[in-house]
Order: sequence, then C-alpha cells, then structure tokens
Amino acid sequence: MKNSLKEIFTGFNSLVTGMRITLGEFFKPIVTVQYPHESLKMPKRFRGHIELVRDPETGKAICFACKLCERACPSDCITVEGAKLDGAKKKSVTEYKLDFTKCSLCGSCVEACRDNAIRYTHQYNLASTNREDFIMDLFKRMEDDAKANPMPETPKPEVAPQPPANEAPKAEQPQPAAPAQPN
Amino acid sequence: MTEAITNLVKLLATEPYRLLVFLVGMMAFVGLNAAYLVWVERKGAARFQRRPGPTEVGYAGLLQPIADAVKLMSKQLIVPAGVDRTLFRVAPLLMMSPALMSLAVIPWGENLAARNINVGLLMIFSFASINVMAIMLGGWASRNKYAIISAARVVSQNVAYEIPMLLVAITMIMVTGTMNLNEIVQQQAGAFWHWNLFRVWINPLMPVTFLIFYTCMLAETNRAPFDMAEAESELVAGAYTEYSGMGFGVFFMAEYANILLGCALATVLFLGGWQSPFGILSGVIWFLLKMYFLVFSVVWIRWTFPRTQFYGLLNLSWKILIPVSLLTLILSSAMIKLFHHA
Amino acid sequence: MITKEVISPPGAPNETFVINLGPQHPATHGVLRVKIVMDGEYVVRAEPICGYIHRMQEKMGENRTYAQFLPNTSRIDYLSAMTYTHGFVGAVERAAKLQVPPRAEYIRVITSEMNRISSHLVWWGAFLLDLGGFTPLLYAFDDREKILDLLEAITGSRLTYSYYRIGGLYNDVDDDFIKGTREFIAQMRPRLKMYRSLVTDNIILRKRLIEIGPISKEMCRKYGATGPVIRGSGIPYDVRKVEPYSAYPEFDFLVPTCEEGDSMARYLVRMEEMVQSLRIIEQALDKLPSGPVMAEKVPRVLKLPAGDYCYAVEAARGRFAVRIVSDNKEIPYRVKLRTPSLSNLSLFEEASAGMLLPDALALMGSLDLVIPDIDR
Repeated sequence: MKNSLKEIFTGFNSLVTGMRITLGEFFKPIVTVQYPHESLKMPKRFRGHIELVRDPETGKAICFACKLCERACPSDCITVEGAKLDGAKKKSVTEYKLDFTKCSLCGSCVEACRDNAIRYTHQYNLASTNREDFIMDLFKRMEDDAKANPMPETPKPEVAPQPPANEAPKAEQPQPAAPAQPN
Repeated sequence: MTEAITNLVKLLATEPYRLLVFLVGMMAFVGLNAAYLVWVERKGAARFQRRPGPTEVGYAGLLQPIADAVKLMSKQLIVPAGVDRTLFRVAPLLMMSPALMSLAVIPWGENLAARNINVGLLMIFSFASINVMAIMLGGWASRNKYAIISAARVVSQNVAYEIPMLLVAITMIMVTGTMNLNEIVQQQAGAFWHWNLFRVWINPLMPVTFLIFYTCMLAETNRAPFDMAEAESELVAGAYTEYSGMGFGVFFMAEYANILLGCALATVLFLGGWQSPFGILSGVIWFLLKMYFLVFSVVWIRWTFPRTQFYGLLNLSWKILIPVSLLTLILSSAMIKLFHHA
Repeated sequence: MITKEVISPPGAPNETFVINLGPQHPATHGVLRVKIVMDGEYVVRAEPICGYIHRMQEKMGENRTYAQFLPNTSRIDYLSAMTYTHGFVGAVERAAKLQVPPRAEYIRVITSEMNRISSHLVWWGAFLLDLGGFTPLLYAFDDREKILDLLEAITGSRLTYSYYRIGGLYNDVDDDFIKGTREFIAQMRPRLKMYRSLVTDNIILRKRLIEIGPISKEMCRKYGATGPVIRGSGIPYDVRKVEPYSAYPEFDFLVPTCEEGDSMARYLVRMEEMVQSLRIIEQALDKLPSGPVMAEKVPRVLKLPAGDYCYAVEAARGRFAVRIVSDNKEIPYRVKLRTPSLSNLSLFEEASAGMLLPDALALMGSLDLVIPDIDR
C-alpha cells in the first residue's frame, strides 16, 4: 500500500515534470529553417555534383580527357571524350557527360583527378520530374559559363585542401588565447 | 423597418424559435471549433516541438482548416469491398451527433443555453456513451484486422473509464444537489474559491476528483496518452484505417467536438462555468477562457507523453481511479451528512 | 509456441489470425515485413521477412576495387556511416599493412563517436515515436542536426560521409570543427539531463519498458546479438574494449551494461553510451596530435596480398565486421559484411512469442533495427 502510494506520487511528479519541460520549450524560439522562403548556405566542402574547372589564365577547361575520373567512378556515370585540337600538344575535352541518376556523390572522380580539373558544385535543389534533366552535359555548361563570363574566378582553394595548408592556422591557434590569460 | 426587426427578435425569443436559433448557432460553433481546434492542435504541437506549424495558408496558417476541409471533401469516399456499407457510413455521423446534442444543455452564459433542463448532466452522460459505439461500429464494419483490434480496445477502455467518471459525476451531484448545469454554475458564484474545484470544506479531495474527471475525459475522448483506438504506431490508424475523405474528416472533427464537450463540462462542474474568478463581470468570456485553457492542456498533454500500454490503462482505471473515486464519493457523502446537511 | 503456421477455422477455440506488419507499417521504420500470427492481441509467432531492400552490397564488393567499394560502406547502415566505413578501411589497411597516422586515427574516433551519438539520437526519437510520443523525436533531431552540420562541414555530406580513406582521411578537420564540437559537447550534456527528466523518468514510459521483452544472455549468444542488445542483457561485450582498434585503447571510457535484459535495460544502455561517447570525444579533442592525416605510400592501384582478412568495429548497433578474401588482384575475391541488425532481429521471433502487440513493437524498437543494415 505504501509502495503503491509512493509510486502514484512519483509517477504523478514525473508527469508534471515532463509537462513543465515541454511548456518551457513552448516559449523558446523556433529552430527550423523555413525552407522555400529561406535556405541554408552550403559549407565550403559540400559535395554537390561535379563541374569542370576552367583555367584562370586561358579560360579554357583544364581537363584534357585523361579519363581517370571515368575509371574511378564506381557507378559508371561519367563519360569523357577528348580530341587533339589543331596545334595543341595535349588533348582537350570535347564531351563530358554526367549521368546524375546513377551518381552517388561519393567524390571518387574529384579525388582521382590529378589536375584539379573538376570540382564540386554547391547546388542541391536538383529535383525534377524529368529524367533527362539529370543527364548533365558538363562541357556544355562550362561553355555556356564561358560565354557569360569569359575569365573565370580563381579556383577555390578549399576543393582539395592539402594537410600542410592546415598546419599554418593550427600554429596560430594559441596566439588568440594568450592575451586572454591575464584577464 | 425597425419595428419589423424588433418583432422578429421578439418572435425568435419565443420558445420553439429560440431553441432552433440556439441549435443552429451551437452547430456552427461546434463546427467552427472542431475545425479550428485542429489548427490549435497543429500550432500547439509545432510550438512544443519548436517548429512554426502551418504558416502558408492565410496569416499564420489560419485558413489551413478550410484548405484541409476542401481537400477532404474533394476526396473519394472509398467504401472497401466486403464492408458493411450501412454501418460503415453511419458510424462517423453517429460519432458526431451526440457531441452536438450534448452541447445543447451547456450553459455558456447566465441566460445562454439552448435548453436549460433539469437533467442536463444525465443527458450529457447518456449521450457521451454513444461515441464509443460509433467507433466500435466503424471498426467492426471496416472488416480490417487493425480496425477490429481497435474496436475491441475502445469498448474495454470506455467501460473502464465510464465508471470512475460516473462516480465523480455522482459526487458532484451530491455536492451540488442538482443535475441542472445552470444551477451548478450559479452555486459557484463569487470568487474562485467558491468554485467546486476548491470547495474543500465539502470534500477535501475535490482537486483529486477534478483530476480523475479530467483523466477520464481524456480516456473517453481517446486522446493521448490514452489514444489506444488509433495508436498509429501499432494499429496504423485503428478504427479509422479504412476511412477516406470526409468519412475520416467527420471522425476527426467529432474527436475535437468531444474534447470541446469534455472541457466545457469540466468547466461547468469544477471551474465555475461563466462565473468570473474575481466575483465581478461574470459572463461568457470567462467560460470560453476556462474551456480553451483546458483544451490547450489537452493538446499539451498529447505532445508531452508517450502512449500508455493497454493493460496499464486498465490498471490505472480499475486499481487507482475507481477506488479513489469511490473514496471521494464516500467521503463527500459523509461530510455532507455530518457537517452540511440542511 | 506454435511452430507450424495454422489458421484455424472460425469458431475454433484457438482462433488465430495473421497480420502482415509491413513492409509499409509505421512501426517497422522502412521495409521490414513481420508476419505475425496473433491470438487476439497476443503474438503467437512473429516471423520477420527480410529482403525488401536487399542491394547486393557483398556482391558489389566483389566486382569493384577497394576504393570504389568504399562509398558503399556508408550506405549499409546509413545512420552510422562513419563506423561502417571505418570497418572497411580498417580491413584493407590491415591487409595492406598501412600505418595510419595518429592524427587520422584520433579524428576517426571523434567522428565515429559523433556518428554514434547521432545514430542513438535517431533511435531514441524513433523509439519514442513507436511508443506514441512524438515530441522527443523533434528534440532529438534538433540535437542531431548540430552533429550533422559539424560533420557536413568537414566531409561535405550529411549522411553518407565516405570520410575515411584507405590509409587515412579524405581531408583534415579545421579549427571551426574542433571549436564547434566542444560547443556541442557543452550543449549536449544538459540536453541529456533534459531527456532524462522528460522521458526516462516518465512513469508511462517506465511502465511500458520495464520487464517488457526480456532477452536472456543465452538468447543473445544463440543468435549472436551484439551492441546495446547484448550489453542490456548484462554481457560487457564491446568491440572497442575486447578487440581494441584504432585509437580507442588510449581513451578512458566505460562500457555500460544492465543486468535486467528488458527493453528498459537496452534503453538505459544507449542513453549511457551517449554520455560515454561525449567523454571519448572530449578526451580525443584534448589529446589530438598534429601531423598528416594520410599514410605515406598508399599505392594508387591497391592490390592486397592473397589471404583472408577481418576487421571488426563497434558500430552504433553492435559488431560490424568486414572480411576480405583477396587473391592478389585489384578486386577482392569475396567481401563478407557481418552486420549487427540481422543478428539482433533474428532473436525477435523467439523473444516476442506470447507478447502483446504493443509490447512486441516496443521490443522491436528497443532492438534499434535499420532495415538496409539487415538486408544490405
């Protein structure tokens, strides 16, 4: 009898505690992002689908169709074709297709590329009702981009950060802490 | 012209017309409330979970219930093969109409009741039991295994909770000496310590009595944490599994109409109805404030607790609520006999 | 227990019926189908039917290179992608005798433990959802979101990270990550206290979990259950302790166990594991060494010497082991993935016999099943 009375009281108390907590949350600000009206900024390393990088000096594609990415891809979703243009020493890319229906955004292609000729985009609103929209002609996209702004911006350094590059900020880390100590 | 209007008002104030006006008004009120309680529930749930809830349709999603209703009405009313067609269609109506009828005796204000009858409380309790049958019929007629399990659950749950609720009601009838809801409210005039909830000199366990009534009301209306009937993680949607379109919509609205009725009754019985907590300026506004506070607490409870286990629910009723409500019944009858008898 | 499925004619005294719980049912979290023979609301026999999301992960492992199979490992159990990748790269590194730099091992431990917390948070929310409480799910997702944001900033992905590479990591963590992780630990500790008073102490939850679905030590052994399931039955089996790997021997943490073996025991074990994971992360951040994050001399074309290699990790749901049989080619001869959810599910049939349906679902929730992990 005593135990069951105690259980009733602790039980009732636990219910009241729960209600107090949810009421506390009731008056706190909301934490969700109202997606169509506002959206989050993707982080620098976000792995979107890939795109071709243009050489900042010539404005042409860096890619010379070595097909390393094509071979690295586990899902066979990249098709690269290249041809030797007149008077050029190296081949240059003439076709670069990404079948995004198969792509799993693993990033093997970007890692396989030795010349940083492809990089991740930050696009993520890629929904479509049309399958053809996902067979992306990246070469054509790059050419369209080249028409719009002939000289590309400098390639982003965060695409493939080298470990030594991160050593520098780590060495600086104690410095901001040092002046804080006297206080 | 003005004479015609005054004549019309006079005519409407005479008995058969007055009742009609009140009934139509009540139905409109319940319909509006049932629709907007869905909005309250969604907004409330959202705030408890730190989301904004519906925002798109109208300001703060205020037109959302209308959009929902249009959507539900435009959907096909599927009557699955093999179901009992008549019962399947009657069940939602059978659930909605008792709640509407019971609200006719609720005194919203001093002179604001559709029908001020002497056995109002009795009438509400007799009608309130019908919605159990409605869910059971709906579940049974669906011929769906989940729905039948749900129907069986609803019956045993409501049998278990009807008893403590009626015991509490008997206690209240003894304390007040009447079944007329308007008189019950009038007895609680004055400031809030005159409310039945705080009349501990008649029965020291009055707040406990209120808690029992409130718990039973949650169980009777199949609200969380006692929503055994539509335990969505176990029984998909329970008795409502096979209902589509407005068939489901009516069940859904009836659930809220029943909550409204339960909260209105709790307000009348324990929280002094339309009486002001300060003894002045009594009126319908106080009734609505108290009732909506109770409705909010129902939403609050739903979004706080997990669902009880079925035998836990029956244990609670048979091992705790019924003995305690019997105790309050005996205690208050003894107190009335010893200290307060006229 | 009825071993043969018999549906009696109507009116017979033992009238049973069959319910197909799933493949689309709110309580089976995905496409698990459980065929339940029921007597009233009592479960006579619950037979899990797997295979609805079988993707031939093992076969895929046999026809692609090690580096190409690596992204697949984060998709076996999408809730603990880090640990699964860890298991695979660990097996390859063991075979290729690659020495992973200590900084990489520490970051692996940090990210794996963060992944464990996020996985347990999803389990916690979904379990409460099974029990009819909706709000805890949203609170858990709020906290999980912070982990996902941190991991997204360093890996580029929110769920299927593929962050580990054979021989190290995809890239180094930055200072924002370290700062953010410390902030997260500081935020998470009071949240766990809040979870305790909101849910763990709640009388309704305790009534629903205590003494429900007891799993004995023998049953765990019989079916090969691992992870919180076996620890909830009182056996302190944790791969991080019994077969120490990566940098785990360098950290001080406890393996929580509960003797009872009921659903509450498994619940409490997981809640305590989150606390321990926070401790591990904190220690690893304090001791984080500097240096490279990629082993030197990782061959571009990786051929493992012929042989049979195995590597096990403690994933959020139990022991995940990868066995690679190599015949000195670029492509493995055989990849065997030992996933914890399949073993944990297989005891469901025996454990759930004679239970009420809602209790059986509580038991199923407490096993923390991830369906792609079962079928893989």
